[in-house]
Amino acid sequence: MRQRLEILPRKEAELRAAFWDQVGSFPEGEKIKRCLQCGTCSGTCPVSYAMDITPRQTIALFRAGHIEDILQSRTIWLCASCYSCTVRCPVGIRITDTLYALKRIAMEKHIYPPHFPVHTLSKAFIGNVYKYGRNYELGLGIKFFLATNFVKLFSNMGYGISMIRRGRLGLLPRKLKRVNQIRAIIRKANEFGEA
Amino acid sequence: MLEYAYYPGCSLEHTASPYDKSIRAVFSALGIGLHEIEDWNCCGATMYMSVKKIVGYAISARNLAIAQDMGMQICAPCSSCYTILRKTNRHIAWDPKERHKINEALKAADLSYDTLVEVRHPVDILVTDLGLAEIKKRIKVPLKGIKVAPYYGCQIVRPHGYIDDVDDPIKMDHLLAAVGAQPVHYPSKVRCCGGMLMTTQEKVALKLNLELLQAAVDNDADVIATACPLCQMNLEAYQKKINKAFGRDFNMPVVYFSHILGVALGIRPETMGLDKLIVQPEKLNACAREARI
Repeated sequence: MRQRLEILPRKEAELRAAFWDQVGSFPEGEKIKRCLQCGTCSGTCPVSYAMDITPRQTIALFRAGHIEDILQSRTIWLCASCYSCTVRCPVGIRITDTLYALKRIAMEKHIYPPHFPVHTLSKAFIGNVYKYGRNYELGLGIKFFLATNFVKLFSNMGYGISMIRRGRLGLLPRKLKRVNQIRAIIRKANEFGEA
Repeated sequence: MLEYAYYPGCSLEHTASPYDKSIRAVFSALGIGLHEIEDWNCCGATMYMSVKKIVGYAISARNLAIAQDMGMQICAPCSSCYTILRKTNRHIAWDPKERHKINEALKAADLSYDTLVEVRHPVDILVTDLGLAEIKKRIKVPLKGIKVAPYYGCQIVRPHGYIDDVDDPIKMDHLLAAVGAQPVHYPSKVRCCGGMLMTTQEKVALKLNLELLQAAVDNDADVIATACPLCQMNLEAYQKKINKAFGRDFNMPVVYFSHILGVALGIRPETMGLDKLIVQPEKLNACAREARI
């Protein structure tokens, strides 16, 4: 594998190295090498119909040296983390975890599908956690729609109002008493290298 | 007496407050102690996993570390929190280097996590630890065979089948049947509701939820019972949108499994936040009304 890296374009070689680092960073990540291309993952995935590249094709593209194409596809951001593929894979590949690993590479290298700003939700979410220590649902929704689709802010207003009326959507965030603890943990953990 | 460290999680403070209220009321009625983890924080959810894994695990471990000092197993009703907390334990047990890094981060908050704390879901606690016989003894209100679609969703059964079989879990069915409800055949019981896709990719999520609602109607259910805040919100709060998008007229109540238990145990619906649901479970409410609770 090492010698082959040299014949790949530099960017692909970099992404490939990052990918191997990532799959080595969670239990059973290396099982990806066993893929049979049977397609059970794509068949069992409830959202594969909406993907431009199916989960099976994702692994095929990685093998063919096209990681950048995977990162530019909508696939990794459409995964709802239901783990159906993971439990059905006949050779035990941790497909959901692998898609998470690809999301992390995309975030680190800033490679996203065009006109598909799903990753901004994760960014808004972790901003809230740093600030308050907990998720702030109303703030998260507003931030996300402001950043991605202004119109949705209005089309979701009815939902928001009916939840607020029932006391099921807090207007204000709830902050931890010891929010400094969380921030200290986040800062320290961020010092560790990627993975 | 059974006692657990209680981890409600962010959703149970707001959108899923009826879940929080009903779990507390049901556990109290059954004599199980819940001690809220003091000043708990967000588990990191699926979001941190997409940004930086080690940070996600470190903040999740803060909750585990506090529970470890309480000396109790954790009860986590939100199925997403449940899976994330368990995943954190699995990660720590897998690699001593990762365990070391996480402890280094926790040290910044004067905490350490050395003894792994077992994370449990209330469905599992009620069926396995307390037992159905104990629950049956305390039934006060007959549910008259109200037909319930038991909807497990993803995170409590996958990826490791912690509480039950990954394809055909049955524990919630048994729990509902034990209190006099009638669990119907629900082939979509472990099918995904789309989770956060309702925010990011609404069209896709609406279709998934349409299928879940249709399966409940096809199998003659009066109500869907869930164990997850996101499933409940997607199926219930977005039902109007689903009706509009697909020209349907669903009016399917979606309650938490604990609501059905609570009504059978004689707990007032308002105490459990049932009145805060958008689609009211009329048949369940009628059972409570007729028993004058």
